[in-house]
Amino acid sequence: MKGRLRFIVPLAVFGLLVVVLAIGIRQSPDKDLIPSPLIGKPAPEFSLPSLTDPSRRVSSEDLHGHWYLFNVWGTWCVSCRAEHEMLLKIKQAGVIPLVGLDWKDDRGDALSFLKDAGNPYQTIAVDRDGSEAIMWGVYGAPETFLVNPQGIVVYKYIGPITQDAWKQQILPRLPPTQSPRGSSS
Amino acid sequence: MIPELGQFTLILAMLLAALQAFFGMVGPALKRDRWMAAVIPAVSGQCVMVAASMGCLVASFVANDFSVQYVAENSNSALPVFYRVAAVWGSHSGSLILWIFLLACWSVAAAIGTQKLPKAFASRVLGVLGLISFGFLLYTLATSNPFLRLDPPWPDGESLNPILQDPGLAGHPPVLYTGYVGLAVAFAFAGAAMLEGRLDKDWARWTRPWTTAAWAFLSCGIALGSWWAYYTLGWGGFWFWDPVENASFMPWLMATALIHSLAVTEKRGLFKSWTLLLAVLAFSLSLVGTFLVRSGVLVSVHSFAASPTRGTFILAFLIVMIGSALALYAWRAPLLKSEAGFELTARESFLLFNNILLVTACATVFAGTMAPLISSALNLGKLSVGPPYFNPTFLLSMLPLLALLSLGIHARWKRGKLGERARPLVLTLIAAAVIGCAVVFGLFTGGRVLAPVGITLGAWIILSSLIDPIDRLRRHITIPRAVLGMTLAHIGLGIFVISITSVEGFTAERDVALGPGSTAQLGAYQFLFEGVQPIEGPNYSGVGATVIVTRRGAPVAVMHPEKRQYWVQRTETTASSIKMYYTSNILVALGQDLGEGHWSLRLQVRPLVSFIWLAAFIMAAGGMLAISDRRYRLAPAEEPAISPVGAVTRGQA
Repeated sequence: MKGRLRFIVPLAVFGLLVVVLAIGIRQSPDKDLIPSPLIGKPAPEFSLPSLTDPSRRVSSEDLHGHWYLFNVWGTWCVSCRAEHEMLLKIKQAGVIPLVGLDWKDDRGDALSFLKDAGNPYQTIAVDRDGSEAIMWGVYGAPETFLVNPQGIVVYKYIGPITQDAWKQQILPRLPPTQSPRGSSS
Repeated sequence: MIPELGQFTLILAMLLAALQAFFGMVGPALKRDRWMAAVIPAVSGQCVMVAASMGCLVASFVANDFSVQYVAENSNSALPVFYRVAAVWGSHSGSLILWIFLLACWSVAAAIGTQKLPKAFASRVLGVLGLISFGFLLYTLATSNPFLRLDPPWPDGESLNPILQDPGLAGHPPVLYTGYVGLAVAFAFAGAAMLEGRLDKDWARWTRPWTTAAWAFLSCGIALGSWWAYYTLGWGGFWFWDPVENASFMPWLMATALIHSLAVTEKRGLFKSWTLLLAVLAFSLSLVGTFLVRSGVLVSVHSFAASPTRGTFILAFLIVMIGSALALYAWRAPLLKSEAGFELTARESFLLFNNILLVTACATVFAGTMAPLISSALNLGKLSVGPPYFNPTFLLSMLPLLALLSLGIHARWKRGKLGERARPLVLTLIAAAVIGCAVVFGLFTGGRVLAPVGITLGAWIILSSLIDPIDRLRRHITIPRAVLGMTLAHIGLGIFVISITSVEGFTAERDVALGPGSTAQLGAYQFLFEGVQPIEGPNYSGVGATVIVTRRGAPVAVMHPEKRQYWVQRTETTASSIKMYYTSNILVALGQDLGEGHWSLRLQVRPLVSFIWLAAFIMAAGGMLAISDRRYRLAPAEEPAISPVGAVTRGQA
């Protein structure tokens, strides 16, 4: 390199770097910040005690064959309380059942909370020690997984579900034929 | 009320920063003395406003004002007051406030420190600092305002991530940021020099103490962060080559190169354009580091919640700051002429090697950090780069650096003869090699191939650093503080090399399953597991184990590793118990409950590990000692350039 040209090299390298960073930013909005390795893979198999009836078990096998939303929550989680109203609306819409995972929670707290605020879930599995959440790669509550009839995780939503997220991210991923389904608990 | 006051003062600070940038840079260009005179009040006013704003945020945290979103998301009423204050910088928005606050403090220091410099130059320095400050203030107010209110307020806040609830963490970001931000001053000096078209030896001498100070803080900050990671993450690692760690390490490598290159520019008038480029790059890397950490393009265990808007904003800021600095460089640097040549074995060449190797090391770290990003940008799939890449590539440039160091500090300026220094150098090398082999093959058995090399190099650096001070002492010549500081910093580096080598080479580790009353043996140490008891902390509960450690029957320590469950966030962390014994670190971490009172435990004996951090502090102390040298106390502005080359004494660097 000769003369003045070599002094432009740092600027040129920086230019390239800016391009890479810009592409990096452009790509990041489509991805979740914490990309889940589970997407496109079978949901973890589980068999856990039910919150409402500890003698019963909630297992992934029972859930095969239809779409469901797997929602990780806890009464200690403030954002989950914020999300609760939206979950009740989803239940009312009757499009897809909600399966709750009560994460590291106190059973009494959880039951009284649901009694006061309403229960949007079809069934609720209890994960007392947090080991099931680890299987799902849960980073923090609330997190919601969309699982298809083949038991494959289609989508993961981090944070409280909003009206927009429900309309723009979750509903379009469901087949149009998904019939309203009863969602009694 | 208080949060609104905080936001208001933050806006005022931004306006003052804009004035500071405008008057600071336009004033000298148009030669308006009154404009330049307005810079100082703008700097101090900005600092007062930023301090007030930061005070408001701290007050909101202390008062548990959960109507402020940032407070609600990062603190809760169960948190002790100390951690509530530390929670201010526990997350993105607040750490920006801390960043801006520290920049304001550095700016005031720069305003005081440049009083004796030519007015136009001083004004430009402060102008560049004002521009940086304005950018960050605008960014904070536009994308990450910490004073936003919640309606309705939360009854109680979320808790700090439990691994962040620790005195080591509370302390390390302020120190680290002080270093990061300090590099802005070196950057501002370079910017002012380029704007003015003035780049002489004076410039180098003015810039040196600021660079060294920032470097010393950066060293301490990195060491504190690594120490925190060591004892909280619970499995005994001290460096993970994580993007966030690299983001702090790359500016450090650049600053180290800059310190050495500034020495050459000051003493010999060489490497001028190179020094300028390093000053720009060192701060640019801290900005790029900020970008990587904040924009969410790289996901790291340390990273804060990130958003693409923030990323776009920081990228625009990077383009303005770094892009204009590099464009200015492309324009001005060709005009700089080196004043003299030098021989291949003169000190100049050793410092050139030092710079090349440090910059290479930095480039390899940069490449490794960016590789996942580049590969996903080009749709080559997800790539993860870890220690298997970083360790060998980094060593590749570090080993020659360490090997050349002892020769470099004894080489003379301009002419390449070691002269009477050849003999003590060879003697110290032999002594170091003997120590190295004795340690590796005598004290410990085995070890890796690099162990004797590492110990020998480290010992050689320490011994050869002592040649010059001892020589001066014997001849009753006073040792300037700059030389003492350099010696101390190099000794710190030697200690660092030895301790890293011994930790990497001689750590003994065992995973065991123990029931109450049973023991396990590791090296000379015996570990007796007494069982676990429940424990209650201020905002967590958990189990704590008692492990009694003995060495050949003599009691060494009683250790209490814990597993904590934090109430609010329901996250579990492992608090391993670490005890010093002689020079070894004994570490016991509590693993899984295996039932019936049996637990899995990880036992480690890591020789010399504490010296890694001690060495970093010694290096930083060396830097601080060097700054206090009389040479940097400025005489009035028009002082003639530094003493002629011939009068420069050997060993001043």
